[in-house]
Amino acid sequence: MGKVVVVTSGKGGVGKTTSTAALGAAVAKTGKKVALVDFDVGLRNLDLIMGAERRVVFDLVNVIQGTAKLSQALIRDKRVDTLFLLPASQTRDKDALTEEGVGEVIDKLRSVFDYVFCDSPAGIERGAQLAMRFADEAVIVTNPEVSSVRDSDRIIGLLDARTMRAEQGEQIAKHVLVTRYDAGRAARGEMLSIDDVLEILSVPLLGIIPESQDVLRASNLGAPVTLSEPLNTAAKAYIDAARRLEGEELPVIVPFERKGFLDRLLGRRAA
Amino acid sequence: MNLLDIFKRRSSAPVARERLQVLLAYERRNRSQPDLVSILREEIMAVIAKHVQIDQDYLQVSMDRGETMSTLEIDIQIPNKSAVPMAMAG
Repeated sequence: MGKVVVVTSGKGGVGKTTSTAALGAAVAKTGKKVALVDFDVGLRNLDLIMGAERRVVFDLVNVIQGTAKLSQALIRDKRVDTLFLLPASQTRDKDALTEEGVGEVIDKLRSVFDYVFCDSPAGIERGAQLAMRFADEAVIVTNPEVSSVRDSDRIIGLLDARTMRAEQGEQIAKHVLVTRYDAGRAARGEMLSIDDVLEILSVPLLGIIPESQDVLRASNLGAPVTLSEPLNTAAKAYIDAARRLEGEELPVIVPFERKGFLDRLLGRRAA
Repeated sequence: MNLLDIFKRRSSAPVARERLQVLLAYERRNRSQPDLVSILREEIMAVIAKHVQIDQDYLQVSMDRGETMSTLEIDIQIPNKSAVPMAMAG
């Protein structure tokens, strides 16, 4: 039986979709069978980040409504053959997802895949609640910034109240993934530190992804950063986070600012 | 910008942390309670609807929580045409 992991945040634009793609690809590269499911009905983007936007024929809603089989809707990644994508639909109908339908799809995926990553839409409405409903674990993507931390706290409350596991009195394993971390700004006291975020949310840390141009470039090119540039800092941070998700105990190193003398003199920011 | 400003700017993260801690302590406390305002709104609406025909939109219930005292504000607008008690209208 595979593990179902929801990638969620409450706030939009913090990096849920990018993180889903990067973590999923990193896990798949180790040989595990991984399915990435886009729950953002109406505003799908995981297909774009994965570079599969022109290969979408059927989607999650088609599968739920019975107009396509699950095997028809799953798109196999061209780079890693154990990685699959189930895209969201572009329909504007908010009620296109039913709890029963989502449950059936997740059950089928769970029986075939080692990991099922559910990319949650922003917000705390129906779509976000369905994305987390059947999860065993949650990755809470947070930026070190007040509104993101507040929304994460709200999402943690929902994870502990509205998931199937919570309702059955079981624990849902939660991890915080801090993204867009700027070591320089944190050092200057302009940004919440990792300790601040962890103390406030009291959820264990999965990893710290530094703010990076490489992540943006990977999105532009339609490739998860862990596949396209596995050696750069952000990709390494995602790969380590994926290993921790699989239960490996790796120490988390807080990124620090690498500045040369000239940079200091000129007050340049680290890249 | 003088030297003092540089020091002031440095301290924004601790302020963020403190504001969050206070806010989240409050929000977590209220999370476990059912939504009091919406329950009040529904029950008040039911009582009024027994005697006067009004639209849902004409009833505003809001709660303002203070440190020592909270205020509950109920604003009911009764349009003149439906202000006639139902017993008489019927």
